[in-house]
Amino acid sequence: MTATAPPFVVDAAVDDSGTAASRPAPPRRRRRSPLAATAAWLRNGGVPTFLMFVPLLLTFGYFAWWPILKSLILAFQHTDLMTEPTWVGLRNFERVLADPLLWTAAGNTVWFAALALLIGFPLPILMAMVMAELRRSRQISSVLVYLPVIIPPVVSVLLWKQFYDPSESGLFNTVLGWFGLGPVGWLQDPVLAMPSIVIQATWATAGTATIIYLAALMSIQAELYDAAEVDGASVLQRTWHVTLPQLRSVILLMLLLQIIGTMQVFTDPFVMTGGGPENRTVTLLMLIYNYAFLSGDFGKATALSLLLAVVLSVVSAVYLRLTRKWSES
Amino acid sequence: MERIVTSVTTTLRAIVKRPEAPEESEDRTNVSELDRTRRTVRIAMGILAVVVVLGLLVVSFGPLLWLFKAALSTSQDILKYPFEWWPSGIQWQNLPDAWSQIRIGQYLLNTVWMAAGCWFFGLLVALTGGYGIAILRPKYAKAVNVAVLATLFIPGVVSLISLYVTVLDVPLIGVNLVNTFWAVWLPTAANAFNVLLVARFFDRLPRDVFEAAKIDGAGVFRVFWSIVLPMSRPVVGVVSLLTIVGSWKEFLWPLLVLPSPDLQPLSVGLYRISDTAPTSLLMAGMFISVIIPIGLFLLFQRQFLRSAGQAGAIKG
Repeated sequence: MTATAPPFVVDAAVDDSGTAASRPAPPRRRRRSPLAATAAWLRNGGVPTFLMFVPLLLTFGYFAWWPILKSLILAFQHTDLMTEPTWVGLRNFERVLADPLLWTAAGNTVWFAALALLIGFPLPILMAMVMAELRRSRQISSVLVYLPVIIPPVVSVLLWKQFYDPSESGLFNTVLGWFGLGPVGWLQDPVLAMPSIVIQATWATAGTATIIYLAALMSIQAELYDAAEVDGASVLQRTWHVTLPQLRSVILLMLLLQIIGTMQVFTDPFVMTGGGPENRTVTLLMLIYNYAFLSGDFGKATALSLLLAVVLSVVSAVYLRLTRKWSES
Repeated sequence: MERIVTSVTTTLRAIVKRPEAPEESEDRTNVSELDRTRRTVRIAMGILAVVVVLGLLVVSFGPLLWLFKAALSTSQDILKYPFEWWPSGIQWQNLPDAWSQIRIGQYLLNTVWMAAGCWFFGLLVALTGGYGIAILRPKYAKAVNVAVLATLFIPGVVSLISLYVTVLDVPLIGVNLVNTFWAVWLPTAANAFNVLLVARFFDRLPRDVFEAAKIDGAGVFRVFWSIVLPMSRPVVGVVSLLTIVGSWKEFLWPLLVLPSPDLQPLSVGLYRISDTAPTSLLMAGMFISVIIPIGLFLLFQRQFLRSAGQAGAIKG
């Protein structure tokens, strides 16, 4: 009878049935014949248990794990998906690095990430801190803050593209007109195009970060504030000495996630400007897209993907190492 | 790698766990009750509340209100009078025109169908996988768990091209999924965050229930169907909201794998026609496409906001 054995422990039945109990229990595992092991596995529901993993194993196998390996193959092949792929060694990487547009795109992407940090990173922290102090209006503010996040990115970008209409009667230009300024060609101006995209992207995504910070703020222990208050700390001092240190781990993680996310930006510039004017808003992911789906050069596209991924992984590893040291100290 | 995974997962766990903390009991924030009894503080807090809500109304809701206005305006009004309410009258005709002339109806149907499949397969993978990893726990569960988590830490850009190549010619089966919804449903189902979410939820369920059921002779499937599923309503809700809204927002992937306009969802369809369609119809189409996600959000705002803290951290 296996019914009394602890359920879900695959080995239990076999271990109990042997002579193991009479011996002074050596830490070594007993050898079993493969046949007995298989029988025990079957008896303990090994097959239905494995079947439960099948959907996960199939989808992840095909669409998560295999593509990662496939990238490592594709990057070293020349393939246009029509003819038989040929091995070309490091040629794809050489061709990527020799593309003058690569450095433009890399510069643009870093510029986008930097602007997004500057505009979009402190804002949610500040917003959450203010919202945490609200009582009756906290729920309504949370709903309003999160509303833009729900809107599909393409709709958000197309809407803002309309706002950035360069004519005098464009929405933002009308506002500028009230102050006797403009009109400005927001997306047509090589200098203004990227900041304009970043403002839209910040509008569309800042709500998520705000809600995350708000949740973190609401879980700070009241005793910490009480103690600081008893010691005579003002609200600003409490913000500096209690709130920010308590938020530190969340802030550090969000910073990393934002950098990784913005370095892979695609939809916003792709729909807003298509990379123009003068390639000022071409990003690395758009370049990958162009290599693969405009030039049909899948090897080159994968090589650039791998390069970007390696850079991002190195940045993350260094970042996590550094911040862990700070957190421990 | 292992160390990075553990260090990030501990932080993630901290975030995932947070909403379960007793949030309602203690409402002490930076400004204390004592502070709030002071008159100047109370006036300041009142002003702050008004400023925040009004500011958010303009910034967050304003663009949507404008979209509503534009959806019912003539193209001329949209382009010439951005701050006037319908100088040429309300154009209700825009909505049915957009529905049929620029095929918003078709795109909406495609989006619903795409979202439904993503929802079904996403739940299937997350629930069965989470059950296996957190409750059944065979020997290989740990390895599977690590392999699933590892995909969270590999930048998505690595597999964009190779995923497309895989979908073009699925290994071993040799099928081409391009221009079928399977090309969207199956890859989005391989979502490590959903599996993590479900597994963490199952981890906290009382194990004696499953053990008792097992002793009573219930098999693996029976336990899943009659005990685990009924207990997992909260996590099913969270994963459902995340997958439905997530697939509604999807753009690049459907753009790649659904080149046929007959299958494209709203995001891709709107992008494709954005340069050629009349502005008024485009705005009407955009308005139609935000109604369902916003309606869902307003209906389930608490669930959304609670899961936002858990999910946003990854999706970034």
